[in-house]
Amino acid sequence: MAEVEETLKRIHAHKGVVGTIVVNAEGIPIRTTLDNSTTVQYAGLLHQLTMKARSTVRDIDPQNDLTFLRIRSKKHEIMVAPDKEYLLIVIQNPCE
Amino acid sequence: MEIVYVYTKKRSDFGRPCNFSERAAEVAVDIAPDPGAAAAFVPRNPVDAHVQHASDMSEHEVNTERVEVETRGVNHTEGGWPKDINPHELEQTIRFRKKVEKDENYINTITHLGTLMEHCIKQNNAINIYEDYFGEEEMAEVEDEPPSAKTINVMRDPNITKRTATHLSWHPDGCKKLAVAYSSLEFQQNVKDMSFDSYIWDLENSNKPELVLKPSSPLVSLEYNPKDSHILAGGCYNGQIAYWDTRKGRLPVEVSTVEFSHRDPVYGAIWLQSKTGTECFSASTDGQVLWWDIRKLSEPTETLVLDISRKGLLENALGAISLEFEPTMPTKFMVGTEQGIIITCNRKAKTPPEKIAGTYSGHHGPVYALSRNPFYPKFFLTVGDWTARIWSEESKESSIMWTKYHLSYLTDGCWSTVRPAVFFTTKMDGTLDIWDFLFKQNDPSLSLKICDEPLFSLRLQDNGCVVGCGSKLGTVTLLEISSGLCTLQKNEKTLATAMFERETKREKILEARHREMRLKERARAEGRDEEPREEAEEESSAELLQRVRSDFLEAIEAELRRRAQAEAKRLRAKDSEEHSREEEEEEEEESKLPEFEGEEEEEEEEEEEEEGDATKEP
Repeated sequence: MAEVEETLKRIHAHKGVVGTIVVNAEGIPIRTTLDNSTTVQYAGLLHQLTMKARSTVRDIDPQNDLTFLRIRSKKHEIMVAPDKEYLLIVIQNPCE
Repeated sequence: MEIVYVYTKKRSDFGRPCNFSERAAEVAVDIAPDPGAAAAFVPRNPVDAHVQHASDMSEHEVNTERVEVETRGVNHTEGGWPKDINPHELEQTIRFRKKVEKDENYINTITHLGTLMEHCIKQNNAINIYEDYFGEEEMAEVEDEPPSAKTINVMRDPNITKRTATHLSWHPDGCKKLAVAYSSLEFQQNVKDMSFDSYIWDLENSNKPELVLKPSSPLVSLEYNPKDSHILAGGCYNGQIAYWDTRKGRLPVEVSTVEFSHRDPVYGAIWLQSKTGTECFSASTDGQVLWWDIRKLSEPTETLVLDISRKGLLENALGAISLEFEPTMPTKFMVGTEQGIIITCNRKAKTPPEKIAGTYSGHHGPVYALSRNPFYPKFFLTVGDWTARIWSEESKESSIMWTKYHLSYLTDGCWSTVRPAVFFTTKMDGTLDIWDFLFKQNDPSLSLKICDEPLFSLRLQDNGCVVGCGSKLGTVTLLEISSGLCTLQKNEKTLATAMFERETKREKILEARHREMRLKERARAEGRDEEPREEAEEESSAELLQRVRSDFLEAIEAELRRRAQAEAKRLRAKDSEEHSREEEEEEEEESKLPEFEGEEEEEEEEEEEEEGDATKEP
């Protein structure tokens, strides 16, 4: 339990990180550093996107699987680390 | 009424050979016309009915119903909560969350994902993987590539009787449209069915004009309003000015009254820089320059008669054939006349005669084009007779640089908007010349034969890469020139400035010399009356003059020799060595030349002073 706290705190402390969200397989945000409405929005949308991305990767090559998803936008970068049951989402402002 | 005719034949008679016999006609039924029924009918004369043995076809158009698209937002609400938990109950959700967090699987997963994530975050912080690596580096020099141009579009006059494309104007934003004025400039050659229309072409579709402008008389010049891209002003063949709004259709929104307009075709019409963006001015061969406000085209706001004797007499006026206006210098403008003289005018002068600031005796024939260098407005280009000349505002007696005399008349010219020493000219034999004065002054850098008929107008797009030329038969050709001619080279601006300054200086020296010679002549003519007294002094001053003159000529010759050497060296260097090295050489040459000139000037000044003293003595 403490490890998880520590890990998430460490992640959030990195330069440029705006927010961290942990979502479970049903789309319920378990842990978040952002406000509720934003969290819910991110959780819902990214969950679906990750599912789609994963199925795409597996369609192309059934042996393959999605390990990481990065979405770079003008304002920031959204990084999604998927797992069977949970989803770790981090929003970062890449420093340039 | 049923008409029945019964024909009987015995069964035994069937199959018998026919035995034809002739018999007189018998009236079987005779139905007399009923006059009463005729009253129900109306005689129709003529009656035409068409008969055709073909299947009847019908045409039907079907258009699917337009899909209505609406943008809506989605409100995400939490879902996925197990049945027993009420998402609105904070306690329950917190309890659920806490339970999940205690799950061992959760801890392991998050730790694992955490390390993965950290790696990426650190990566992001360390280096920007989407960085533009080679963006700031200059493009590789394409100096080796010979200058070329390719035609990208050709737009022909859709009418049967072709008219000359006399003026082109690009759309102010984006240059995706081109407005072309068509008219026949032949004196009194207007064919009866010649159309008066002018067109706005869209570059995407060169088969059909996008918009037709219908003036009451063919347009000789046409310009987009730089402030409002829907408004165009056109000068007509009969001297009127009209303006269009492309949103309002093909007829002019307003036309100036005939009494107050020009009496000859309006060869130049340019928009002025004003707060309202509705002012323009026009010039014509009747010798007048008129200023208009398009909101009130019934009469001009100002007039100017191009009489260089400054008396304002229309009889003495020179006909204007080209007009030049630079938005950065709003009070000055220049007019090129049919007589070959270029007049600079100041709009803000107190009295009309004072408006004419100065004149330049330009060409042997009409000055067809006049334009200021976009980088150095002090220098301007004029095109007329068989040459194109570059002038400096300071030297009024002659141009500072000129091209050689060509075999055919030059009809139009303009500066490149990107490179300060490049300009374009069109000729009567249908060729387009691109001159790069820094590179070569004897010949154009690129000479292209566009068509067999004469080219009449030329216009460069604002980016400097695409140029449109209009020909006598109304064909407008768009060419894209190679990047070598439309990208600014490294030291080009400084080199161009140096070149122009050098030439201006040379002209000034020559002018000064001419003036001195004239003064000498006058002094000698006056001095001859008082000869005996001043003989002694005259001699010494004459000797002085001789010495000065010979020194001066020597200096000029040396300069010319040196310049020829520099040119030869430059050309040789260009062939063999790299561009950068060669530029360094050029810079050295440039730096050497001004030094020498500086010395020369000092000598000149000293000699002039001496001469001045000599003349003052008698």
